[in-house]
Amino acid sequence: MDMINVKVNGVDVSAPKGTTILQAARLANVDIPTLCYLKDINEIGACRICVVEADEGRGKRLVASCVYPISEGMQIFTNTPKVLESRKKTLQLILSTHDKKCTSCVRSENCELKKMCHDMGIEDEFKYEGENIPYEIDYSAAHMIRDNNKCVLCRRCVAVCNANQGVGVIGANERGFKTHISSAFELGLGETSCISCGQCISVCPVGAITEKDDTGKVLEAIADEKKFVIVQTAPAVRAGLGEEFGYPMGTNVEGKMAAALRRIGFDKVFDTDFGADLTIMEEATELVERVKNGGKLPMITSCSPGWVKYCEHYFPDMIENLSSCKSPMQMFGATAKTYYAQKMNIDPKDMVVVAVMPCTAKKFEIGRDDQSAAGVPDVDISITTRELARLIKRCGIKFTELPDEKFDEPLGISTGAGVIFGATGGVMEAALRSAVKFITGEEAGNIDFTEVRGTQGIKEASYKVGDLDVKVAVASGTANAAELLKKVQKGEADYTFIEIMGCPGGCVNGGGQPQVPASVRNFEDVRGIRAKALYDQDAKMEHRRSHENPAIQALYKEFFEKPGSHKAHEVLHTSYVKRGL
Amino acid sequence: MSTISSVPFAGTPEQEKKLREIIAKHKEEKGCLMPILQQAQEVYGYLPIEVQKIIAAETGYPLEKIYGIVTFYAQFALNPKGKYRISVCLGTACYVKGSGDIYNKLIEKLGIEGGGCTPDGKFSLEACRCIGACGLAPVLTVNDDVFGRLTVDDVDKILSQYD
Repeated sequence: MDMINVKVNGVDVSAPKGTTILQAARLANVDIPTLCYLKDINEIGACRICVVEADEGRGKRLVASCVYPISEGMQIFTNTPKVLESRKKTLQLILSTHDKKCTSCVRSENCELKKMCHDMGIEDEFKYEGENIPYEIDYSAAHMIRDNNKCVLCRRCVAVCNANQGVGVIGANERGFKTHISSAFELGLGETSCISCGQCISVCPVGAITEKDDTGKVLEAIADEKKFVIVQTAPAVRAGLGEEFGYPMGTNVEGKMAAALRRIGFDKVFDTDFGADLTIMEEATELVERVKNGGKLPMITSCSPGWVKYCEHYFPDMIENLSSCKSPMQMFGATAKTYYAQKMNIDPKDMVVVAVMPCTAKKFEIGRDDQSAAGVPDVDISITTRELARLIKRCGIKFTELPDEKFDEPLGISTGAGVIFGATGGVMEAALRSAVKFITGEEAGNIDFTEVRGTQGIKEASYKVGDLDVKVAVASGTANAAELLKKVQKGEADYTFIEIMGCPGGCVNGGGQPQVPASVRNFEDVRGIRAKALYDQDAKMEHRRSHENPAIQALYKEFFEKPGSHKAHEVLHTSYVKRGL
Repeated sequence: MSTISSVPFAGTPEQEKKLREIIAKHKEEKGCLMPILQQAQEVYGYLPIEVQKIIAAETGYPLEKIYGIVTFYAQFALNPKGKYRISVCLGTACYVKGSGDIYNKLIEKLGIEGGGCTPDGKFSLEACRCIGACGLAPVLTVNDDVFGRLTVDDVDKILSQYD
């Protein structure tokens, strides 16, 4: 490889051809602030925060380090008065159109703009005052709020919506001073084909895009003595929540999370992993039936509500390929309000099911039709990992000091198969672990299906299950899903079973997970690090196949009879609608 | 607030056929949206949501991307031209003589923004830069009629001539 030698603030650095100044500076342990830059997604060099002085033998020039490649002998200066003054001026100009309501802003603690202003020593946020355009706040979507008065026009949201998700319902409208991020014809996001994935929230450096906060509803329900309030937590939450409390990325905080939920005041602390195990029982059964009875193939997973909504909007002709299984969250809620309510002699109307999800699309999903097994919504409130962190802080719980506690029984009992649902490929692997047993009657020889692990956008594998050749594919991020589905539509691929997750890397990188600043996101494998926490837990579990879960076995014995039974279909399965664009 | 035109869409099957031909001709080209949008506007006179949706569906570009381009360039219109096209000069000479007030009065009287068209399709309003009649400042035109040396009070009288 061609190596290029440069000096960063006088320090020698050697890096391959094509390396940007930003990356080379990292090698010299210099952190250059960036605002618009997102690696591989938004490399537009537009915001000018990352400027440095570079000398290529023709004197020093200010260049955008995020996109400017290094050249042999280049001298780079990252902290000259000219550089720092330029950054400061840019920030002050951004602040001139920013609403600066930092105290009440949900991003107050982790706003990238605020940190940058602090680091650059901005002493006057009102340096440039003048006319501003007041923007209406968009509350139209079920899951999120867009406030252009806080927007800094970095376009990171636009980039993920287009590049990662292939959705593109937000973009820059008008020009010059009137430029703003919005949807076509200024329609509310709720009126567009937005899939509610929340990836835009994940990358927003400020508080311009946020989830609809439902923490108040949770506290209200807990305070209501007539209500029996139970909580379930998705697999990926335990792999992300710790970041909000200073733990290194990839720390599994399951025990402290369960303890915190109990102290917030939930009557029972359960686990969506149980719902995930239940999903496998139903989904693997459905797959076997489709294969045996000539049903619609490939069958595609339906756990991810962002993906399901994407399919309904963008591939409406393929909704019959979607598994009729509800998502693990909804299966959990449906089971809680039927089986568990009956067992505990509680009127489902008095039961409140709260779900903690790494996901914003779940806020949309709980309001979908055909998701009310007991005549009331299966799940009442869905909050994100971030909202849970907010709740814990609001309740004054010293998270790091908590003991590790266990989930309650029986809906808190789960297997390793349920845990790995939070990573791309996890549902596929969990399904394979059980499908082998369901088809051949014998346990699979191996339990680790490593071919479907990893953070690549599209993965393929084929397995021999009994006499069957099962071809599988896994995609995460809906742009990757589209690429895969086009192959299926053209007849270029004949998969039996496909797993699709709406967010790149799966739920661990979901739109409801703690925000990771660009300064980390651009240099660390966030998805891989968080996923490892789940695979490590799986490896240590007593039971690693969903059908071995004793609570699941009891549930079928006492209530559903067997997977795919009439009753199971009534409670655990759902339907989809063709939405179009 | 939505910027969908309040003037009902009145596209004909012939226009749609032409539009589809234009799209088919250009859609494989890199940067195809500019020529498609320009020619679509020649066919329809403006680019309403109905037309932009066809372009989105046929090219595979998101509707927002198309709308973003349409609102970036001043040459593209979201509203049709009215039967009577009112154009107020906001060039320097007219502006210092108060054409801004006349323009605002028209916005208020007609209930539309600049670039808009009344729902009945009668009046459309736009601002223009110098039309070379500075001696008559402030000036506006209605189709080919020129009105000069105006005051805000003249607006009602001018509009009433086109009932």
